[in-house]
Amino acid sequence: MKKSEILTCFQCGTCHASCPSGKYTSLNVRKIVRDSMKKDVSDSQELWMCTTCYNCQERCPRGIKVTDAVLLLRSEAVKKGKILPAHRKVCRFLLETGHAIPIDDKHAAIRERIGLAGTETVCKYPAALAEVKSLLRSTGFDELIKE
Amino acid sequence: MKELSLFLGCLIPNRYPGIEKATKLVLDRLGIRWSELKEASCCPAPGVFRSFDRITWLTLASRNLVLAEKKDNDILTLCNGCFSSLSDANSILRSDISLRNEVNMHLKKINKEFLGTIEVRHIIEFFYRDLGTDKLKKEIEKPLELRTAVHYGCHMLKPTRERKLGGAECPVFFDELVEATGSLSVPYEGKTSCCGAGGGVRSAMLETSLKMTEYKLERMKKAGVECIVDACPFCHLQYDGGQVELAKAGKLYNLPVVHYSQLLGLALGYTPEEVGLFLNEIRNPEFEAKMEAIWRKNLKSSG
Ligand code: SF4
Ligand code: SF4
Repeated sequence: MKKSEILTCFQCGTCHASCPSGKYTSLNVRKIVRDSMKKDVSDSQELWMCTTCYNCQERCPRGIKVTDAVLLLRSEAVKKGKILPAHRKVCRFLLETGHAIPIDDKHAAIRERIGLAGTETVCKYPAALAEVKSLLRSTGFDELIKE
Repeated sequence: MKELSLFLGCLIPNRYPGIEKATKLVLDRLGIRWSELKEASCCPAPGVFRSFDRITWLTLASRNLVLAEKKDNDILTLCNGCFSSLSDANSILRSDISLRNEVNMHLKKINKEFLGTIEVRHIIEFFYRDLGTDKLKKEIEKPLELRTAVHYGCHMLKPTRERKLGGAECPVFFDELVEATGSLSVPYEGKTSCCGAGGGVRSAMLETSLKMTEYKLERMKKAGVECIVDACPFCHLQYDGGQVELAKAGKLYNLPVVHYSQLLGLALGYTPEEVGLFLNEIRNPEFEAKMEAIWRKNLKSSG
């Protein structure tokens, strides 16, 4: 998405009215996207209240990619080191195991009980996990999520 | 039909293996050729990773795509998140040459290259388009006649321009698949609304995410359904784990949560145990007793 798209917004509010999160939270997607054209919104907690459900993007009469704009603003915030602790944790899991949600003992036991073998993913193949780690280094993701 | 590479992702094998088991049984039973995509990683999940860094998200997704390209298999996903990441990355990298070059530069370091030669499928649209409800109906051995609340989940349908599965306001294909198994898809208010889990909201802002879940659960309950049927382990987790979290605040819903693979498995005659039906956090003794009874009755009539 191009940020200049946002300039075609005529503030109708359809996006905010369609937002399942905005119903309960201080997220007003119309406002945050508009504000981002004038100022840095990286510190805004609201950026992280979006579930990326795409309602706003689907319904915008101007065809503005509203959800993609939220994603873009998030990545700008992350570049400035604004990362919520819970998200940093998920990133570390990815860096270490190749999975955002790695297997744990409880579920390994359930797998065994219901007759499923171990998973065939990176967790079984060290060379494959090394590939994932190498890619995450190559794109600078390991540096990006450092505290 | 050519072989499909089954892409399980993180949540299914690592938190809801019952869905994995049910899916494998169902695919075999329907004569669909598949093999597990070996060496795959996290898709990577669209919520956090797509938000954090687009190139990292694309690069890791492309590695998974390349694994299937090498086998010349299309990828079959069972999760809206995996579907969203892998199919979006696939189409972005096919159409944007400069992004593809950038991603391939990273992939080169592990001797891989994205070519864009395969498709990414979601099990629901795959069943609907490639198998069809009529064929499915003929295979059903045990119509369960459950009153269900069908939950599509956001990323199966949206963005509609990319998904090409029709409109997102009142879709019908998933309902038709559920009804093909002999159960009823009960209409309820807010049906296409979000479960509340996506975008990293569940992990970082649990309370906010649960408000959206409550909105859904209340309306499902009001419609008088016996269970939820979903097509995504992340929605599944949000409804299942979410009900446990809500119960701590005294809000009891007790709605069983079933992935479509499990529902189909039951209708094809597999037992509740075989499809991992009772491996959720939330347990509903009434539902479990009913399911067991149906199966016992069937055993008697067929034996
Ligand atoms: S729906 Fe589109 S045009 Fe209307 S306020 Fe939102 S972004 Fe602007
Ligand atoms: S994508 Fe985000 S901002 Fe847009 S409607 Fe959904 S939750 Fe709200």
